[in-house]
Amino acid sequence: MANSVDFNLSPIMELELESLREDDTAQDSMCQLIRVTGTGLESGSPETLEMEVLTTEGRDRMASQMSDVRERADERRLQRSEESMQTDLLVRNRWSAATLRVLSSMPSRSVGQQSRLEIISQCNIRSTQLRRYHRQNQDVSLSSRPRIRGYGIEADSEDVCEEETKRQELVINLQSLSAGDRVRMMRATPLSLAEKTKLRKLAFSDKVGQSLLSSQVPCCSLLKRALYHVLFGCLFILSSLQLWQVALKRLGGRFGTGVLSYFLFLRTLLLFNVFLFLINSLFLVLPQAIHPPLHTPSSHRVTGLELFTGTGYLSNSLMFYGYYTNSTINTSCRPDEATAGTGCGTTSDPHMMAYNIPLAYFFTIGITFFITGIVLVYSMSKSFGRSFRVFKSQGNLAIKVFSSWDFKVSKKMSVRLQSENITTQLKELLSEVNGGEEEKGRLSGMALHLLAWSISLGSTFFCALGIHCFAKHMHLRRLEDAEGEVSLVHEARLLALPGVVSCGNLLLPGLFNLVSWMENYNSPIVRLYVSIFRNLLLKVSILGVLCYHWLGKIAAEPEQHGLQCWESFVGQELYRFLLMDFIFTVLYTVFGEYIWKLFSQGVLRRRRKPVFDIARNVLELIYGQTLTWLGVLFTPLLPAVQIIKLLLLFYMKKSSLLVNCQASRKLWRASQMSTLFISLLCFPSFLGTSVSVIYTMWTIKPSSGCGPFRNLPFMFHSGKQWAQELKSTNPKLAWLNWVHSCLVENPLFLFLMAGVFLMVIYVNTQVLDGQRKIISLLQEQMENEGKDKKFLITRLQAIHEERQRPLSPSSRPQPQGSEV
Amino acid sequence: MGTTASQLRKDLLSEYQELTFLTKQEIILAHKRFSELLSKEDRNLPTPRVPMEKVLSLPELKSNPFRKRICHVFSTSDMKDGSLTFEDFLDLLSAFSDSATLEIKSHYAFRIFDFDDDGTLDGGDLEKLVNCLTGETDDTRLTTEEMRQLISNILEESDIDKDGTVNLSEFQHVISRSPDFVSSFKIVL
Repeated sequence: MANSVDFNLSPIMELELESLREDDTAQDSMCQLIRVTGTGLESGSPETLEMEVLTTEGRDRMASQMSDVRERADERRLQRSEESMQTDLLVRNRWSAATLRVLSSMPSRSVGQQSRLEIISQCNIRSTQLRRYHRQNQDVSLSSRPRIRGYGIEADSEDVCEEETKRQELVINLQSLSAGDRVRMMRATPLSLAEKTKLRKLAFSDKVGQSLLSSQVPCCSLLKRALYHVLFGCLFILSSLQLWQVALKRLGGRFGTGVLSYFLFLRTLLLFNVFLFLINSLFLVLPQAIHPPLHTPSSHRVTGLELFTGTGYLSNSLMFYGYYTNSTINTSCRPDEATAGTGCGTTSDPHMMAYNIPLAYFFTIGITFFITGIVLVYSMSKSFGRSFRVFKSQGNLAIKVFSSWDFKVSKKMSVRLQSENITTQLKELLSEVNGGEEEKGRLSGMALHLLAWSISLGSTFFCALGIHCFAKHMHLRRLEDAEGEVSLVHEARLLALPGVVSCGNLLLPGLFNLVSWMENYNSPIVRLYVSIFRNLLLKVSILGVLCYHWLGKIAAEPEQHGLQCWESFVGQELYRFLLMDFIFTVLYTVFGEYIWKLFSQGVLRRRRKPVFDIARNVLELIYGQTLTWLGVLFTPLLPAVQIIKLLLLFYMKKSSLLVNCQASRKLWRASQMSTLFISLLCFPSFLGTSVSVIYTMWTIKPSSGCGPFRNLPFMFHSGKQWAQELKSTNPKLAWLNWVHSCLVENPLFLFLMAGVFLMVIYVNTQVLDGQRKIISLLQEQMENEGKDKKFLITRLQAIHEERQRPLSPSSRPQPQGSEV
Repeated sequence: MGTTASQLRKDLLSEYQELTFLTKQEIILAHKRFSELLSKEDRNLPTPRVPMEKVLSLPELKSNPFRKRICHVFSTSDMKDGSLTFEDFLDLLSAFSDSATLEIKSHYAFRIFDFDDDGTLDGGDLEKLVNCLTGETDDTRLTTEEMRQLISNILEESDIDKDGTVNLSEFQHVISRSPDFVSSFKIVL
């Protein structure tokens, strides 16, 4: 319909122009107004106008078309002069009092001033929206902070009257809201506390002295009140249980949000492990501990080394898989009657509680993994949502300037560091925005990158290969040792493989650091991501080799490796790995960080202490957690070990940080980094472990001599057996079996779920796309509004000036002949 | 609306809990710290005011480059001297607390950054803001050319209606795109 609009406009315009051609300056300005407006409206489609002209009346329009062309040329000239006049007027800034008054009461400026007017009007609007009324409220006033008005214009008396009426309206609105909404509304208004208390008194004058939260409500919400109290009590307990709150505040104040994110991640991991430990101990360890199985007591010498190797008396303890029986514990049974393979007593007796250990084992592990997975995915999506920006803007300068100052930092030294940080970042960003990066020697840069990547990938590959060969060698040695006497040296040899792996984990990241320093990346973010990727690759390949070794070789042929109970062995290996990792971390912290600090300050004479390497430490945490998750199936008490390790690690890292390190000068985008860490925890780490656990449960034959799954072809058969038993004993629950076979064994269900997920993702991306388009359209519209505003201000000023100017010969209309 | 010598009245406490984002413990702690700032004779006044210098001696604010602006923004004094009553102090802590909404924080951040109190952030405000960020010493300040470039870039990015200043809505729009703002705009006693 734009065509018809244009078509209607042009004849009107022509008429106007014809009639106004002889007028004086005042009407000439009106004429200019119309012309420029017309140009503005038409500017988008002069071609359509021409098309319209050509298609409708042909020859008659040809003549007018010629005049149109001339008109347009005129208009363009006028527009240019108009624009220059506009900028002239804006720049000169000799605005009259009337213009200033208009300007200072413009809505966009008074919103920023937050006169009481605007605040209460917004409050009103929100409260009426809550009540689902549609009353439009004009500007209202209630005092907030010192009354600020630009250009020193004083308030009118009518404003005060408006204040009162609008205040009354707001009071009425507030009274009709529910208690929770009221509280939220009051809290979210940016008024001063004095004003809010006045408002509250007005609105709830009958309820002065009572808390809004516990206001009288009719009978059946006595329950609600009780619930509130319980909830608040729980929240209070939870908040007071906030572990390490004071320590974290101190660290954040001194080192900033980046280092803080490492410690918060540590605390998150601790909570995961506590959850794992509680569930395991409640359902698995405690029942088995209360009813210990019969086993032949073996003579083991008690040496201190057992704690590190997990062998000896520990191997037949609750720690490891081998201890657990495959019996069903009945509460009326005496412990010495429990025999392998059969339950004692009759299970048909309804008063006896039968606790099937293999089933409990299977389901406990499965359910903990499931819940951990859900919690991880949920926190990852939340964190991702927080850090994702819908509309990616060109530059980040405004964001950096407005939001990079960390108000938590309170020490003078740290404040100075922060200022330096921000200065460097701003300078970097400025140079990036303006100059772009220099392309110095692209070819040599490429070659350098290639070299660096080949070094890091090569070293990772050789490390993995070396570990593979060493592991094989160690197994052969162990077989030899097992034939002879069990001695201390042989036990200690078990620690060799974990030691080598931890060494590799320690040294290779140092090599990667060196390599990336050599590469000299321009952008610190790219450097960080590259280093994280390389470290991750190293750890993934090491763990992959080890898993292949354990699950692929040892589990498949346990007799070849001389093991009766391969699961216990794998559990012990993981226990040893975890311990060695911790010991090496302690050694690195003591020797690496402390001695490096002495070295760099004493010998190299650097003024600055070394910097805490956040990425590397977080990857270490993720590695430890992966080991724990891998080991839970074989060592139910491994989370307890991890908990102790994390607690010690926290205090150690904290003291090392305070003594040895200082705040980093590098850029740290805290929220994006914590998203990255959680997603690294979820994707390679948790996914990998759950895949290996599922693989173990579904395809590997459990050993026949020990553990709760002995004599079963696969571990998950315990669940299957139970389901079949259930079907035979209790036909009412047969549908469970049917559900189980439908969901778990039928691949169609999985395909359906995957299809639904993909559709949801597709719809969401389309919605996102649409929103982006709308945002860009709205921005364009806002720009146009701004142009309109500028135009109107200048017109206002121009007209005012025209009026001021005394009539002079220069204002007479020009002779008409020169115009056409 | 005043406080007695050493204790906070229970009804006031619950009122403050409702109207601010602070928890009960935080309010009590704030009261304790505020009373320490008062001089002996002021303690018996119904609504004592702490002069700005004393407020600036708090360790959380001492080294903050925006400390004077914070005091001015939250002060309800008629003489515009930046002195704070206990309620102003609570307002301050509430706006900087953990649970304050993004809207409140961005509102007060805007007022803190508006150095000339005219309701918008123009070039002068932005320049003073950048100088506060980059520090007092000369070697960390930006050169005039860099400053000019920076300000024009900022205005280009955030001034949507192209009037040469950043008003509250535009400021809030920029802030909404920054995920770190809420966590960095915090002061905890």
